Amino acid sequence: MKKLLSLQSKYFSQLLDLGALKKLSILILIVAFTFTLSLSIGDSFISPLKVISILVGNGPAFDTLVVQEFRMPRIIVALFAGMGLAVAGAILQGIIRNPLASPDVIGISTGAGATVVAFLAIFSDANSSLTVSVEWLPVAAFIGALITALLVYSLSWTDGVTATRLVMIGVGISAFMQAVSTVLMLIGPIYQASKANVWITGSVNSATWQQAKIVIPVITCLFIITLLVTRHLNLQQFGDDVATSLGQGVQKMRFALLLLCTALVGCAVSFAGTIGFVGLMAPHIARRLVGSSFGSLIPVAACIGGILVVLADTICRSLFGSVEVPAGVFTAAIGAPYFIYLLIKMQKR
Amino acid sequence: MIETKRLQLNYGEKVIIDSLDLIIPKGEITVLIGANGCGKSTLLRSIARLLKPNSGSILLNNENITRFTTKETAKHLAILPQQPMAPEGLTVLQLVKQGRFPYQNWRKQWSTEDQQVVEQAIAATGLTEFKDYEIDNLSGGQRQRAWIAMTLAQQTDLILLDEPTTYLDVTHQIEVLDLLYKLNQEENRTIVMVLHDINLACRYATNIIALVNKELYAQGRPEDIITVKLVKDVFQLNCKIIEDPIYGTPMCIPYGNKNEPRQ
Repeated sequence: MKKLLSLQSKYFSQLLDLGALKKLSILILIVAFTFTLSLSIGDSFISPLKVISILVGNGPAFDTLVVQEFRMPRIIVALFAGMGLAVAGAILQGIIRNPLASPDVIGISTGAGATVVAFLAIFSDANSSLTVSVEWLPVAAFIGALITALLVYSLSWTDGVTATRLVMIGVGISAFMQAVSTVLMLIGPIYQASKANVWITGSVNSATWQQAKIVIPVITCLFIITLLVTRHLNLQQFGDDVATSLGQGVQKMRFALLLLCTALVGCAVSFAGTIGFVGLMAPHIARRLVGSSFGSLIPVAACIGGILVVLADTICRSLFGSVEVPAGVFTAAIGAPYFIYLLIKMQKR
Repeated sequence: MIETKRLQLNYGEKVIIDSLDLIIPKGEITVLIGANGCGKSTLLRSIARLLKPNSGSILLNNENITRFTTKETAKHLAILPQQPMAPEGLTVLQLVKQGRFPYQNWRKQWSTEDQQVVEQAIAATGLTEFKDYEIDNLSGGQRQRAWIAMTLAQQTDLILLDEPTTYLDVTHQIEVLDLLYKLNQEENRTIVMVLHDINLACRYATNIIALVNKELYAQGRPEDIITVKLVKDVFQLNCKIIEDPIYGTPMCIPYGNKNEPRQ
């Protein structure tokens, strides 16, 4: 029996799933815990208690510097990128009505990746240094994600876009974008190629406060917008006929949701690279926890995505000694088997 | 209530329905019959604005249906498509709640009225004790009733159903049709549906529309229009028509080439 709470007033009313709310609060605690733990781990271990006293503003000066200036920005970027990718994945799984859909599969992430490689190849001079400011990189990634999404969408259009067509075209475009990246890396300067490779795998090791200050408000805004349109997302899952019958402008809404998804991916990817499989795993685990109603699914998926990427980054920067392993390696290492497990499970049904 | 004027429906290049003039009366149970591929589902879908007409128009309460927004239309007519799919793990309550969509906005998503209507719809379909069950765990008949409850929550005068009894065993077919009959009688809802079983159509319909060859063949009360000739022309099937021993409606006993029927 589900415990439900009806909030009803003249101006606002909502039906809340208390069970999901409870699970969400526990997840938020886990996010806070992971965040603190990640701040303590590094070249020098700073105890979590010390980290907390630093966060409230009275820790030793050197540790404060390490925590606030070196570790915090990258962890914040990891957290918000994870959230963004997870929410984007949940939106996409809603409009495509397939739990295997994710921004990586339909090419949005790979499109962003290819643009970044192109950016690095075009704007490098003979000495392998960039001719334009590196700040433009996120913009390039975002534009790449957007162009790819529009390309996939318009190619899938025949008197409306069906979910299956979107996936088939997406997989094709994704492969094409990957090929573009590879060609550009092969003909580009070696230094840029290795840099691009790290970025494509997904890493937050170059995150700065400046990036964190962009990623926090943008992802938060997009997250709130997503929460406001969850009722439309719920409807998209029923398929075009039922959604139309219930009064939704299905095609218009699908396009708007795809744009929202692209904005989330573009923002996440531009600061953290194409960290793979988060958009696939997080919503799926969330669905296991709270069911397929998007009101609960979106925030829970966001938490799980955040935890996944922060954990991945923490493990990758601490476990392998002096070698910096990109966080995307870790998410791929657990994500790929998870994807195969899902495929096998779906075939059995 | 619903009127079509010189309606032409295409599927790609192929004409499915050609210049059809039709009036679907208010407060009745109308059943569309016809052979496979005669366009009855297509017609139903176009009335529910799921399919754009090639030409001609569809009037809802004397107004062209294209003049309403899709949200407004959703307050007047609901359609239950053939074999609708619910997301995994959805409960009956969560499904029926979707019927309130046209009455909600981003602030108001569960008003006291929504709650009342949803509870009534669940009660009217006899699903109160199953309201927290997942749709996937219900029997075929219960599942169909849950979907009908969703269309009820939409509070429309007109409910369209595309083959609501297909894939159900005979017990559940009767269960679903009884429910629709009750809704028509007690709440005066206009029901339009596609059925394959002529005998069930005759029992439950007050108005039958037979389609043949892209056009209207006959329309009227089953007693008046169901004849050996109609069945022959519509389904290319030989039959005898007798009186249904229980309801007195026409009953069609079909026969093929197996044996010549005893006269």
